[in-house]
Amino acid sequence: MNTPPPTAHVEFDRQDTLLRVHCSGTWDWNSPQPALPDASAWAGLTRVALSADEGGDPDGALLAWLLGLCRVAAGHALSIDTAGLPSGPQKLLALALAVPPQTDHPDDPNPGFFESLGKISLHVWSDLPLALAFTGEVVQGLGRMLRGKARFRRRELFWLIEANGPRALPIASLISFLVGTILAYMGAVQLAQFGAQIYIADLVAIGMVREIGALMTGVILAGRTGAAYAAQIGTMQVNEEVDALRTLGISPIDHLVLPRLLALVLMVPLLTLYAGVVGIIAGMLIATTVFGVGLREYLHETVLALSWTHILIGMFKGTVYGALVAFSGCWRGMQCGRSAQAVGEATTSAVVTSILLITVSASVLTIVFQRLRW
Amino acid sequence: MTSPIISVRNLTMAYSDNVIQHDLSFDVQQGDIFVIMGGSGCGKSTLLRHLIGLQRPATGSVSYGQDDFWAASPDAQDQLKRRFGVLFQAGALWSSLTLAENVALPLEEFTALSREAIRAIIATKLALVGLAGFENYYPAEISGGMKKRAALARAMALNPDILFFDEPSAGLDPLSSRRLDDLILQLRDSLGTTIVLVTHELPSIFAVANNSVFLDADTKTMIATGDPKTLAQHGPDGVRSFLSRGEPL
Ligand SMILES: Nc1ncnc2c1ncn2[C@@H]1O[C@H](COP(=O)(O)OP(=O)(O)O)[C@@H](O)[C@H]1O
Ligand SMILES: [Mg+2]
Repeated sequence: MNTPPPTAHVEFDRQDTLLRVHCSGTWDWNSPQPALPDASAWAGLTRVALSADEGGDPDGALLAWLLGLCRVAAGHALSIDTAGLPSGPQKLLALALAVPPQTDHPDDPNPGFFESLGKISLHVWSDLPLALAFTGEVVQGLGRMLRGKARFRRRELFWLIEANGPRALPIASLISFLVGTILAYMGAVQLAQFGAQIYIADLVAIGMVREIGALMTGVILAGRTGAAYAAQIGTMQVNEEVDALRTLGISPIDHLVLPRLLALVLMVPLLTLYAGVVGIIAGMLIATTVFGVGLREYLHETVLALSWTHILIGMFKGTVYGALVAFSGCWRGMQCGRSAQAVGEATTSAVVTSILLITVSASVLTIVFQRLRW
Repeated sequence: MTSPIISVRNLTMAYSDNVIQHDLSFDVQQGDIFVIMGGSGCGKSTLLRHLIGLQRPATGSVSYGQDDFWAASPDAQDQLKRRFGVLFQAGALWSSLTLAENVALPLEEFTALSREAIRAIIATKLALVGLAGFENYYPAEISGGMKKRAALARAMALNPDILFFDEPSAGLDPLSSRRLDDLILQLRDSLGTTIVLVTHELPSIFAVANNSVFLDADTKTMIATGDPKTLAQHGPDGVRSFLSRGEPL
């Protein structure tokens, strides 16, 4: 018995309107696949007859090639005769050709850069009315809550408060301490040129309490809480848990969104204040140990610098950022599609939306308070 | 003849511009076991979502008794929804709550019952579905079949007039699906609940179902409605071959 030739080989033999295709050799995925006849070669044909040697297709490469050939042949409305194939490939080919391929394809999953960019822009634009609609629903929910008509489980609220208040303290401490340190250093290097190191206290106190404490808290919560909210509610969408609430006539806004919003709005002012205090302590450590400012002087200057206006403005900003984070997290969660991948996307876009909204509102609020001379 | 408990008139269902089914008209009578049939992807779940007020018809109406659902005020809609019990395809138990809390939530929301009464109701409903003693388990801690039964207990919490099921036996082994099957029938017999279900896998339900609608994916509309046993004999070809699992007619 002669061994088959080592590599895949195809012979095309045209007889009038019949194309005979004979495949020989051993087909495998590692060697290049023979080319299909080019478009002009198909003209005038009515029939294709396939044949192949027994055992030449150990891993399905021949079948794949034949399938490609048959699709092209079918595209030219040729009849296909598979009688010359070994029985295995013949049956598999019949199975694969039994149902015509789906023709209305969904969008290309790998669009180019500019297409993606365009889609994202359109997406952001079309998001706007949706965001407004969701805001409307939340405001209605808040109205119901104030009238005592919105009901949610109190235990859920306590759980959310704990998860997003006390449990955020370690990370809030770390970040605020580092930011306080950086602020003190940056300021001190400049101020020391004029021998005015004592004003580090003013810089750190006002900076941390009025602006950066709130901003850092907002950013931390965006990553920590906004993402968690989106994932929690998104998963509930996937499991139809949100639908199960709706069919009972329980508003998911009241039941899921309000407690989350409330938990953050209650916790954020405290976290902001805490971040401010930690930042001031960090600044004090740097000023007293590195730049030779006295502890008493520093504290005295801090107290002079801080006014209730700064403290309240800081807490107010924090509250706004917290509400925006809760809003983004819940909104993206409620928007979530019905797959595990959609939950991942909801989480990511919750964080992105939060940070975007925080940045925009930070600028707006800063300008507004400047104009008001507060 | 009594007036139907659900009547669907000229219903067209669509996701934005994509029409899934059009011109559906049928009635569900009090006490019916009503089956929604059709091939995969033809819009059965979508129809169910329209019947339970989760999705608004593109055109046409869904009425309960005399009340057109989408013409009603939001409060009236909520009232109507409380007459439904729904068992979703995967159970849809609230994963942050225990089984007892899952059953309790509708009771706490919509009744003024005492804690003791609620606890007793929970125990009864869980016992009915064979889950006595599982009060403090979380959904993640029980098997797929148990989740569906727990979800059934929750669906029954408010003693609904109509129970809706989406493929109750999908993803269950033959024995569990048989048990669920029997359970549904017993509930109907003992409580007289009207049952609307999407299924093509429950032989014994088919045996007792007395009404149905058959959705066709190609023409995008219903091609038959009526008793499945009659349809299996005298229905259109597509329905007969579906009901005989593709055996030659
Ligand atoms: N959320 C959705 N958005 C858009 N199209 C959907 C959505 N859900 C289902 N569809 C489409 O509607 C059709 C019917 O779906 P479905 O009702 O789930 O079918 P089934 O009869 O299998 O339950 C399918 O073609 C599906 O692609
Ligand atoms: Mg379905």
